[in-house]
This record gives sequence, structure tokens and C-alpha cells, in this order.
Amino acid sequence: MKQSMTVESPLLKVSGESPLLKVDDLTVGFADRRGFLLAANRVSFSVPKDHTLGVVGESGCGKSVTLRSLLGLVPYPGEVIAGSIMWMGRDLRTLSKKELERIRGKDISMIFQDPTSCLNPVFSVGDQITEMLRMKLHMSRQKAFNRAVELLDRVGIPSPKQRLADYPHQLSGGMRQRVMIAIAIASQPKLLLADEPTTALDVTIQDQILSLLAEIREETGMSMILVSHDVGVVAQNADEVAVMYAGWLVERGAAREVLHGPRHPYTQGLLNAIPKIDQVGQRNPLVPIQGQPPNLANLPQGCPFQPRCPFVNERCYSVLMELDRQEPEHGSTCPFMDGEGA
Amino acid sequence: MKSGKGSPLLEVRDLSKYFFTKRTVLKSIRGKPQPRLVALDGVSMTLNRNETLGLVGESGSGKSTTARCIVRLHEPDKGSVLFEGRDVLSAGAEEIRKIRREMQLIYQDPYTSLNPRLTVRAAISEPARVHRLVDHAGESDLVEELLLRVSLPVTVADLRPRALSGGQRQRVAIARALSLRPKVIIADEAVSALDVSIQAQMLNLFDELCKGLGLGMIFIAHQLSVIAHISQRVAIMYLGRIVETGPTPEVFLRPRHPYTDALLKAHPTIESQRNRTPALSGEIPSPYAIPRGCRFNTRCRYTENRCFSEDPPPVEVSPGHYSWCHVLPEFSSGMVTKKTG
Repeated sequence: MKQSMTVESPLLKVSGESPLLKVDDLTVGFADRRGFLLAANRVSFSVPKDHTLGVVGESGCGKSVTLRSLLGLVPYPGEVIAGSIMWMGRDLRTLSKKELERIRGKDISMIFQDPTSCLNPVFSVGDQITEMLRMKLHMSRQKAFNRAVELLDRVGIPSPKQRLADYPHQLSGGMRQRVMIAIAIASQPKLLLADEPTTALDVTIQDQILSLLAEIREETGMSMILVSHDVGVVAQNADEVAVMYAGWLVERGAAREVLHGPRHPYTQGLLNAIPKIDQVGQRNPLVPIQGQPPNLANLPQGCPFQPRCPFVNERCYSVLMELDRQEPEHGSTCPFMDGEGA
Repeated sequence: MKSGKGSPLLEVRDLSKYFFTKRTVLKSIRGKPQPRLVALDGVSMTLNRNETLGLVGESGSGKSTTARCIVRLHEPDKGSVLFEGRDVLSAGAEEIRKIRREMQLIYQDPYTSLNPRLTVRAAISEPARVHRLVDHAGESDLVEELLLRVSLPVTVADLRPRALSGGQRQRVAIARALSLRPKVIIADEAVSALDVSIQAQMLNLFDELCKGLGLGMIFIAHQLSVIAHISQRVAIMYLGRIVETGPTPEVFLRPRHPYTDALLKAHPTIESQRNRTPALSGEIPSPYAIPRGCRFNTRCRYTENRCFSEDPPPVEVSPGHYSWCHVLPEFSSGMVTKKTG
């Protein structure tokens, strides 16, 4: 991991300006006997080089599905039904399985919330790291072994040589997540997709893992999409924040801008609902968002947040505003929050 | 009730709980000792009426074991629990039934703590029926009253849990616990599984209930921000012990134990910057092999010689604020000054 991105890739022949990943109008649908729902609805964003995009939202808002759809990993019966996923000038949606396989785990890696279920319990940690190195990077057995030791050392696992023989159940949750990260960064990916990587971990271990990821990003210039329900985690690790609600991307912008001056009532509600540790002892009641998140199979008319929104007006029942692309710095789907339209 | 005015509602003294794992036949023949997991090792705390005590710590620190020992879902190995002056641990079957009626547990996961085959009405009225607090006629009044208390529409009474959202289920679980008119509620990670917007609704509900009904509450959570919001006093647990306790603002703003400070620094907030280096290195040691001396010494930055040999005694650093640390560093805005003497 010492040298920066020097991996030769056939895809690397694009102009330096264009973002690594550009997603436009990505729509993911799930259909079953009971009906049809859209888990992600015309989601657009882009990730430049050396950049971290944080995606926040509550359970069922479509943040994980969006992330998985990038690599064609939407679970059955889900399907990407519209949109484009431009990765360095090529649309990942049009690639064959084989071509996608070449990018997956090599140029784009992914880590998940639960490292226990992502590691194979019957293979040693060493087998699982070297498998990756031998398959994707075609290393020899010996070379892969040496590299695996280096990688475990890099992710902060003490006495890495001995640990290679361990099986996942012999490691703690934090150590397993480190192994997952070692596998993910083995091929020096340009983009890491992290789906709630620290949600199952204790706060001090979460802190260690996030510091490790930040170090690796600094060394390699790797970009990251960090999906989390924890606004604090995203605030401290992302350059840009996207907020999702009921399958829609409702607000997007520079992390500081969005989290300190939200322009969508949902983002504002979310921020107000979080208990603040620095307000200890003040005992003010929290300001929750009223009501429940909507059922995706039966979304309300117009803006999906309209039934819970304190700024609602008659236009919200009919039209859903587009995310303002005129303001790349900070866009929101809600034009009414500043009190202008209301 | 024979409790005096000044006496606390609940008093836990020196509670210890060990779990033993099985040896293989070979190991027992060889006379190897049975491995002993120390889950709780001398935990003491008091809870007053109208008070919420927060319990924080990492997984494996003994928070839930404490809760379960207090109501004797686990039999503690040592120590005593006094509820309104009554000894919980030596109580007979009839007595413990009465005591459990007045101390109710609420669990983390409302998906597994409610019976999927019972309607909301049956789930809420079942405990009261078992304890013969209501007859058939009084049942629907009770259910309606409780649903109102937890802000659920009366129409949910005939639904089954699968028709309810996570937040609604947790409200049902709370209504069920309240049905016995308890004096103490022990909420074990009761808001941890919920989304932020729903979590805020639940925290407000817990707050209202405690004020409105004069309940004492032990609130267990791993999220510091939740504890900061809801509790008046807090106890920080580490590896089966309380390492620091006191009024919540005092402990959170002027921590005097390195572990508390690390927890606070590791907690990500919107306002703060991420630390360049992790607040705490290493992981919690195995409860089968508790370190000698101070049990935090494997991860502590401020260790001295005696930290490896002597168990630190509690030191009252300000009124009601105790820290179990030999060094007692003072932490303020990331700057550390060591106290002399």
C-alpha cells in the first residue's frame, strides 16, 4: 500500500477531469406477487478521485440497495431498471457478467456491516486473503502469502503471520472487520464501498476502524462511499453527504453545508432528533420527526416526506421537486424550507 | 411498604456473577480447573425514586448481566440487592413474584420480545391477568389506558406484532411493562435497534413516563449521546466493574477515568473533528483472564507501576462523583494534566 495508484488498468484511459464514478437516475425496483416498489428512485451522484461520499438515511431508505446496485449485487427479486452507472467512462450496467467480475473486487471493493457472515467460517483468514490475491492479481502462492502478511500488518492486526492460520471465529468482531478491510484493499481499489462498516462494533473499535480507513485513503488516494445511519460517523469521515428518504435522494452537498445548514426538512428533522452529547444535563425534550417512515410499496402522493413535514404546502401533494442540479455545492429537493414558497 | 424516606428505591451491593464453561472429560480428569468467566465483579449502585441511572460500556462489560441479576433472571454469586429494603436475592418464590411485578425489564429487540401470536391487547393484559390485578371486565379499560400512555391509537389493540413497525412494537413492550404499575423499569438497550427519528420519540416517552409516574429507571445503552440525554446519574462499566460513576453532566464534562475520556473522544458527533489517532488502542481483554491490578491497564495511557499490582479503590473526586483510578488524570478539551499527590 506504499505506492499510490499505479495499478495499470485498461479502463484508465479517460480524461483526468471526469469523476471516477457518475451515477445518473439510478432506479432499483423490487417486484413480487404482492406488488412492486422502488427501493431507489432516480438517484444521481458522482464520486471524484480521492473523495468520500457519505450516504445517510434510516432503515429502508434505499442506501444499501443503491450501494449494492453499483456492483450488480442487488438481491433477487430486485433489479436495476433504469439509469446509468458510469465508471471511468464505461457504463457498468452494460457490461457482461465476466467484465463486471473483473472490476468487482479489483477496481471497486466492498466491505459490509457484518464481517462474521462475510467471511467463510471453514477457511482460514490466510486462505481468504490469498484467494483474492491469486484470483484477481494472479500472484504466486508464495508471493500472495507474503503480501497477505503485509496486508494484515497494514490493517493493524498484531503478529500477522500467526493470525493467517486463524479461522474467523477465533477473531473478535473488530479483528474480523480488519480482515475484511485487508481483503478489500488487497487489490488497491480506486473506490471502496463501505456499507455500515462499523455499525456492529463498539464505539472505541469503531473509532479505530474509521481511523484505519482514513489512513488508507490518505496513503492511496482511494475514494470511498460510506453508507451509515449514524450522522456523526458520516460527518467526521465524508467530504460530501447525500441524504436519502424513502428511496429518494433528498439532499446532497458538502458535508459541512448539509449538516450545519440543512435545506431539506427531513435532514433538519434528522439532525434535531439526535440527542447531543454536549447538551448533557440540559434535559430539553428531543424534537422527533412525527409519524412513521412510509411504506415503499404505497408511497404518498407528491413528495414522500409530505405526511411528516412541518413545512408542507399544497404543492407538496402533487409535485415532487427534482434535486437541484444547478447547485452542485448543495442541492435539496425541497424549495419550501426557507419559507419562500410556503 | 416499610422503606424509610431517605432510603433508595433500589440498592445493589457488591454484585458478582461468574459463568463456568464446561471442561472436557480429559481436562477434568487431569484436574484442570473449570474456566471461569467473570461477568460481574463487585458492582454496587443505588437508584432513587424519580431518577434515571444510565449504564454505559462496551459489549461484554456486564451491563445486561447487571440488569438480569437485579431481577434474578441470573442468580448472582455474591452480593446483595435490596428493593425498598427487601432482600431480593433471598426472597422466596412468592416474594420474588411480587418483587418482579414492581421491577420490569424492557429489552432491545421488540421483534423477539413480543409473542407473534398474541394480539396487542392480549400481550398488554397478559401480565396483569397473571398477577390477578384485573378481571375480565377491567381488561379493556386497562389496555386502552396503557395504549394512551404510550401514544398508540386504540385501533392497534387487535393487531398482531407483525403489523406494527419497530417503534410501535417497542411502545407495546413498554405498555406491557407498565401494566403491572412497576416502581422500577430496567430498559436494556431499549432504543438501540430503532431509527433516529423513532428513537427520539421513544426517549421523550421514557422521560415523560418517569416524570409522570415517578418511576426509577435503569437505562442501559451503548450510545453515550442517549445516556447523556436521558439519565441524571451515570455509571461507566468496564469488564464487569463500574469504573466511574456520578451525576451525568459531571462525569461527561469532567471525566476522571481514562476509559470514560476515551469513550467520549471516540464518540462521533457532527460538531467535533475526527481524532487523528484512535482514542483507545487494543480491545477489551477476555473475561476469562482479567488483568491483574487495574483491569483497564492493558489499554490505558496513564499507567503507573501500582496500576499493574493494586486494584484501584474508589476516589470521590467531587460530590457523588467516584472514579476507580490510581492516577486520576484531569481531562479538559483534549489537554491532559496529571494531578499531583
